[in-house]
Amino acid sequence: MHQLTIAEIIRGLRDKQFSSVELTRHLLERIAQHDSNYNSFITVTGEQALQQAAAADERLARGDAPAMCGVPIAHKDIFCTNGVRTSCGSKMLDNFVPPYDAAVVENFQRAGAISLGKTNMDEFAMGSSNETSFYGPVKNPWDTARVSGGSSGGSAAAVAAQLAPGATATDTGGSIRQPAALTNTTGLKPTYGRVSRWGMIAFASSLDQAGPIARNAEDVAHMLSVMAGSDERDSTNLRRAPQDYTADLDNPVAGLKIGVPKEYFGEGLNPETAARVQDALKEYEKLGAKLVEVSLPHTGLAVPAYYVIAPAEASANLSRFDGVRYGYRCENPADLRDLYMRSRGEGFGDEVQRRILVGTYALSAGYYDAYYNKAQQVRRLIKQDFVQAFEKVDVIMGPTAPSPAFAIGAKAADPVAMYLEDIYTIATNLAGLPGMSLPCGQVDNLPVGLQIIGNYLDEARMLNVAHQYQQVTDWHQQHPDLASAV
Amino acid sequence: MEWEIVIGLEVHVQLATQSKLFSGASTQFGAAPNTQACAIDLAMPGTLPVPNEEAFRFATMFGLAMNAEIGKRSVFERKNYFYPDLPKGYQTTQLAEPIVGPGKIEIHLEDGSSKTVRLHHAHLEEDAGKSLHEDFHGMSGIDLNRAGTPLIEIVSEPDMRSAAEAVAYLKKIHSIVTYLGISDGDMSQGSMRCDANVSVRLKGEEKLGTRTELKNINSFRFVERAIKVEAERQIDILEDGGSIAQETRLYDADKNETRSMRSKEVANDYRYFPCPDLLPVVLTDDYVEKLRGELPELPDAKSARFQSDYGLSAYDAEQLTQERALADYFETAARSSGEAKLAANWITGELAALLNREELSIAQSPVSAEQLAGLIARIKDNTISSKIAKQVFEAIANGEGDADTVIEKRGLKQVSDTGAIEKMVDDVIAASGAQVENYRNADEAKRPKMMGYFVGQIMKASKGQANPQLINQILKKKLDELL
Repeated sequence: MHQLTIAEIIRGLRDKQFSSVELTRHLLERIAQHDSNYNSFITVTGEQALQQAAAADERLARGDAPAMCGVPIAHKDIFCTNGVRTSCGSKMLDNFVPPYDAAVVENFQRAGAISLGKTNMDEFAMGSSNETSFYGPVKNPWDTARVSGGSSGGSAAAVAAQLAPGATATDTGGSIRQPAALTNTTGLKPTYGRVSRWGMIAFASSLDQAGPIARNAEDVAHMLSVMAGSDERDSTNLRRAPQDYTADLDNPVAGLKIGVPKEYFGEGLNPETAARVQDALKEYEKLGAKLVEVSLPHTGLAVPAYYVIAPAEASANLSRFDGVRYGYRCENPADLRDLYMRSRGEGFGDEVQRRILVGTYALSAGYYDAYYNKAQQVRRLIKQDFVQAFEKVDVIMGPTAPSPAFAIGAKAADPVAMYLEDIYTIATNLAGLPGMSLPCGQVDNLPVGLQIIGNYLDEARMLNVAHQYQQVTDWHQQHPDLASAV
Repeated sequence: MEWEIVIGLEVHVQLATQSKLFSGASTQFGAAPNTQACAIDLAMPGTLPVPNEEAFRFATMFGLAMNAEIGKRSVFERKNYFYPDLPKGYQTTQLAEPIVGPGKIEIHLEDGSSKTVRLHHAHLEEDAGKSLHEDFHGMSGIDLNRAGTPLIEIVSEPDMRSAAEAVAYLKKIHSIVTYLGISDGDMSQGSMRCDANVSVRLKGEEKLGTRTELKNINSFRFVERAIKVEAERQIDILEDGGSIAQETRLYDADKNETRSMRSKEVANDYRYFPCPDLLPVVLTDDYVEKLRGELPELPDAKSARFQSDYGLSAYDAEQLTQERALADYFETAARSSGEAKLAANWITGELAALLNREELSIAQSPVSAEQLAGLIARIKDNTISSKIAKQVFEAIANGEGDADTVIEKRGLKQVSDTGAIEKMVDDVIAASGAQVENYRNADEAKRPKMMGYFVGQIMKASKGQANPQLINQILKKKLDELL
């Protein structure tokens, strides 16, 4: 049953082939049995999941079942869940139980979905390997000595290990797409503002965007149809009404113009990864698409600009964690300064502290123009690059990550090497564009992801383009051999 | 050496919106601690701000009333600093692109002169909570009810040259915000707070002296005193050959002195940057013009109208229009009584004295405008004399009912019965042989003065109720008959 896709689960539940309670119990058992190998969950909410499943079965029986009624999923532990600890992967929030649900969580509840629990992540979503989590690294189901990618590594690994058919995730610089690429899952970061950020703990507000990770494009489309929508509680929300992203999946892609940025195939890209991506592009040509070389000349500036803007915003966003109202508070503070210094010093991990320091520095008097303002200028240039490219092409394709999953610990001591993991994904966040990753082959039994970057609000077409590829390839149907991976 | 004081004011005005600047929590004053702070005000993880349209409306109205440019595009920024009553660790405020741009207003001074003060800008921002340092046994309590309450910070140019001018400016701001109904302007509750930048320079000097910032001077009286004492302090230092340190100083009202709070050199670096949770707010021309059309009559226009429509003096009109509630009171009393000048005199005289004595605002006046109008009507139709009217006024204030009830109950109706008055006059003349003799022997020119004695006696006999004009008439006739 754990091999079922979301689309299959929706059909199976309606056709009474199995109940939500059966499916939920089965997945909870799998989590209990296998997750100690992957560490993909921080909190499993078994009892609550079974209650929700029983209620879903009643609705299914009555025939008033909403879109995802009875479908179990997992939520990244960055989304606030009413009454369920929401840690954001940090010691700082290890004791934090929100009295409200994130908009994304509400949307799935309204659609009848079941929450299995909260998935592991890099602390405050800061990382590309899930090694910065207070709860320990997530291990890649394809090879547990390797990273799952990050920051949504728990969501990606849970889907890859078939502990959940789909999971919510967030992407600030590649945190949905890179782990999807490293775990052979399909993930989509929507256009900035497509999904409400209400109740999603902020890392970098102007870049953060929630999206789904699932086993294929069709399932991602089902999830996005539920997740996305208008929300007045988020001022940056685009106020787009929900739509059915599965509607266009079957459109042919003949005549599609695919932009291939030359900058995405340069130095730093693993040649084997490059070859798998080129294979995928050839597959698209066979489907009748046309490849067009495009240039995104400011690509090289994306990582540096990102590592000014994201930490700058984070430095302010994380100021609220001060030990005063909730979250971690140091023992016996001597005075106010001591309370701040030790609560934050003890509650935040190294990478979070590093980014707060970088961001604080970049915003400081005398440095603001040289760093923050300059980075914002670069951001506009990067956006301009894409706007110009999309005048000529319908979608842009390239690699998601420069290489397959690396060994746990391999880059932990080298922040810059870690930051370069997101070299192909970061620019879309800076531009606010939608991007997705889907499996397109393997290198040494490790998955490789193809990235599709779409124009603003063009998610339906991206999902159509991905789905058509998945109709003629079976990379997305490959599963790790769970027994041998350990 | 002649010194000139240079003053610029930063005035914080709490807007009387229903809810907070970025959340739906109530802004009511005086609730139990932390009962009016929602998840957004507490800066709970994942919560997001949504701007309050009413706050923008109020700020725009203020800008229009100040003849200022309206920022059609305004941007919120984060001002970063740690303090326990600042839940997010930053204050959301405006810096580079505020809602209200440069403007100017006319202030009126006690000597009747006027002066223009330029507005640098006014911006919208959220208030912090309160730290309570007593009753917590060495710890501090935090009350976040006020956190997120909308403020406008109004920054003047350094255009004021005396403490009196600063007070006049502050009163003008107070009068504008209360006229607009965008704030209760209550300084004692902190709805209006003032910081003053004060420097001195030799008269004729172009360059501004080094300024100090006086924090939180929270009454009109303290503003005046604090500025005076600070200017004197600076002049003393300079005359002794010293120099002024740029710093923030606190005014101690008990000792009437200012003292150093913190030096600007070690001031926080607030690391302002545009708030990424909020988009720039764009106001359309239609929105602004609609508000312009809806602005109420403002103090200066009202004062001019009171002078032309009611024939008031500039001074009276100015006095009566400082507060909208007072102006409304006057207009009601003037219209219902048909006696604008008498109404103005009573309001600036007896009523002002009463309110001052009882420490009441015009809204709390124990004598309503209608009651005052009723009293004035009885003076006008000679039912009572002005002197008796004061008694009646006090009785109304004590809750004895309106003028007619008091006059009736206390039997204060003026005696205008000629027969009764003639009898009183006869009695007094009969009982005042010596005075009558003096009157008869006096010079013609001295006689009118000498009548005062008789009038006083008659008034006394009538318990003040005899119509004074009739007394005069009859007395003169009777005395003259004795000549």
